[in-house]
Amino acid sequence: MLEAYVPILLFVLVAIGFAIFTLVFASLLYPERYSKVKLEPYECGIEPETDARDRYSIRFYLVAMLFVIFDVETVFMFPWAVIMDELALFGLIEMIVFLFILVVGYVYAWRKGALEWT
Amino acid sequence: MPAGFSAADFFYILPELVLTGGALLVLVVDVLTSRQQRPLLGWLTVGVLLVTTLTLLPFSDANVVVSRGLLAIDGFAFFFKLIFLLTAIVTVLMSSSYIEVEELRAGEYYFLILCATLGMMFMASGIDLVTIFIGLETMAVAFYILTGLLKPNRRSNEAAVKYFLLGAFSLGILLYGMSMLYGLSGTTNLRELATVLATQERSALLIVALILVVGGVGFKIAAVPFHMWAPDVYEGAPTPVTAFLSVGSKAAAFAMLLRIFTEGLPFLAEVWQPMFWVLAVVTMTVGNLAALTQSNIKRMLAYSSIAHAGYVLIGVVANSSRGITALMIYLMLYVFMQLGAFAVVVMLRRHDVVGDELKDLSGLYFRYPVAACAMLFFMLSLGGIPPTAGFMGKFWLFSAAIESGYIWLAVIGVLNSAISLYYYVRVVVFMWIREEVLGSPITASPAMVVALTVALAGAVIFGVYPRPLFELAELSVQSFGGVVAAAEAISYR
Amino acid sequence: MLEITPSHYMVLSAALFMIGVIGVMVRRNIIIIFMSIELMLNAVNVNLAAFSQQWQHVTGQVFAIFVIAVAAAEAAVGLGIILAFYRNKETVNIDEMNVMRW
Repeated sequence: MLEAYVPILLFVLVAIGFAIFTLVFASLLYPERYSKVKLEPYECGIEPETDARDRYSIRFYLVAMLFVIFDVETVFMFPWAVIMDELALFGLIEMIVFLFILVVGYVYAWRKGALEWT
Repeated sequence: MPAGFSAADFFYILPELVLTGGALLVLVVDVLTSRQQRPLLGWLTVGVLLVTTLTLLPFSDANVVVSRGLLAIDGFAFFFKLIFLLTAIVTVLMSSSYIEVEELRAGEYYFLILCATLGMMFMASGIDLVTIFIGLETMAVAFYILTGLLKPNRRSNEAAVKYFLLGAFSLGILLYGMSMLYGLSGTTNLRELATVLATQERSALLIVALILVVGGVGFKIAAVPFHMWAPDVYEGAPTPVTAFLSVGSKAAAFAMLLRIFTEGLPFLAEVWQPMFWVLAVVTMTVGNLAALTQSNIKRMLAYSSIAHAGYVLIGVVANSSRGITALMIYLMLYVFMQLGAFAVVVMLRRHDVVGDELKDLSGLYFRYPVAACAMLFFMLSLGGIPPTAGFMGKFWLFSAAIESGYIWLAVIGVLNSAISLYYYVRVVVFMWIREEVLGSPITASPAMVVALTVALAGAVIFGVYPRPLFELAELSVQSFGGVVAAAEAISYR
Repeated sequence: MLEITPSHYMVLSAALFMIGVIGVMVRRNIIIIFMSIELMLNAVNVNLAAFSQQWQHVTGQVFAIFVIAVAAAEAAVGLGIILAFYRNKETVNIDEMNVMRW
């Protein structure tokens, strides 16, 4: 029963050992010379201007919500696609009805201005 | 068409199809018309609901299982669908003036009402855990949004957040129970579930699953101790939504409860009957005692509606055809009483008055005598004074309990009705106080007059002449699989 | 080798479910409570998928797909409601929901 876990144990030991080995070995090799430039978050990029924990515009949430809804509905298309041959025309019509309802929702969101950025 | 499906499947769900199409129509019309034409949307919604009701009528004596065992079109479903459609119609009628005052978006509002109704109809028809779950969520998600529709209003926001969080939490519990039932039996169809479980040993896991499902369903019917959300949500939500929530969603949850427990788990009746016995007693008592001290009408009606859920649970505990008949009649009568009371509360909302405190009722008799007299009748009816509709409903419930041998339950029910009279009469007293009141005069739009008339007519007619309703309910119960299953379970023992 | 049986899945899903329930009860941030609820729903999905495998038919998987879709719809609605709350109140702490009590 437990023998099955021996390879995993070995793997974990090797992984930890490798991490420790590289850290120790590297610290023995490289010289420590810090400077102002080296301590910046992005050594060769643009300087960060503000804190990263800032408020987002509320519009991102709206777009995200719309995306989540329409994205997940595609989940229903996978099982349909798998047996499409079997369902034939009936399945196609059913899927068109399903998509039609989604499109009505989409048109509603569109006309109500949910997709406009400004 | 694939095997197992036929044109009949679509014929039998015609009312649902019509309602879906109607809901989409409302959404499209809302986009296409200008703001001035919005009052038309209300009448369009009523029209959609009336057409749905018309297409429902031919199925009054149907008794078939369609869509590969997902839906049962039987008398039980028919009766409950009538309740939902009636509730939706009266709610929509009483909404129009409220929408104007609160400046709600009419299109969204009516669309969500129709969606909620659609979900309820699937809850009543569903005999498969999947269909019941989909119906429940169609209803619940619509209600989450409806509760929070008053966006600048902090009480509405708070109510929506609470309802949403607790609703989703209870859904998780219910679904976990359902998934365990599926795991133990290998089927999600309630009737197959009953036959599979009948031959099985009763395992501890099954009892755990049962408890989880009772908890999830208990939340939806707002039974104590799963009622914490109800008062806050009822107080914060827009008043017509509160009315719809307290009648429609409660009736739908009871339909679901009966489907799951009497059709799916009849062989565990001796386990869940005592659970519901306790729930019924605690719910009635806590609901009534808490209602005594309320100064907000909506909150008081919320606790009163909790108490009424306790009375209705008596019908579940009795678990006989008479008990279920009484339960269905009570829910139908409750539509008229509760919606009527809420219609009067909606009338109190004017541009300058919020109108949901008890003192806002003061002197109503001198300002709008008809509304005051109607309210008097609804309060007496909710309190169960003869010869009102409420009395008939309670009479049947309690006698069903006695017939099934639950005499103490009936006694506790009667005692609770006596307590409840105190706070119902208090409302009446306020209406007859002559007092200087501020605010613009109370008016009723034509739609509101229709709503109030329907509610009053139902409460009066079925209080005096309940025979047709009783016959319809009895007929509906005959074809209900749960009663058949319950009888089989008894003979099996 | 060790075989994974349905009971392993049940233990996993029970653990997930309990983490979710405890999260709902002890955390005060609405968003985190909501994430805990999603965890509970995912525990249900694990259960359904495992039982579907055990009984060798797809009913459980279909159920799970519906649960996923509904959870997404709930997430969208829930975030909308929480945003509306935040705009009025400038907080997502559940202890500050105190306009209505008793």
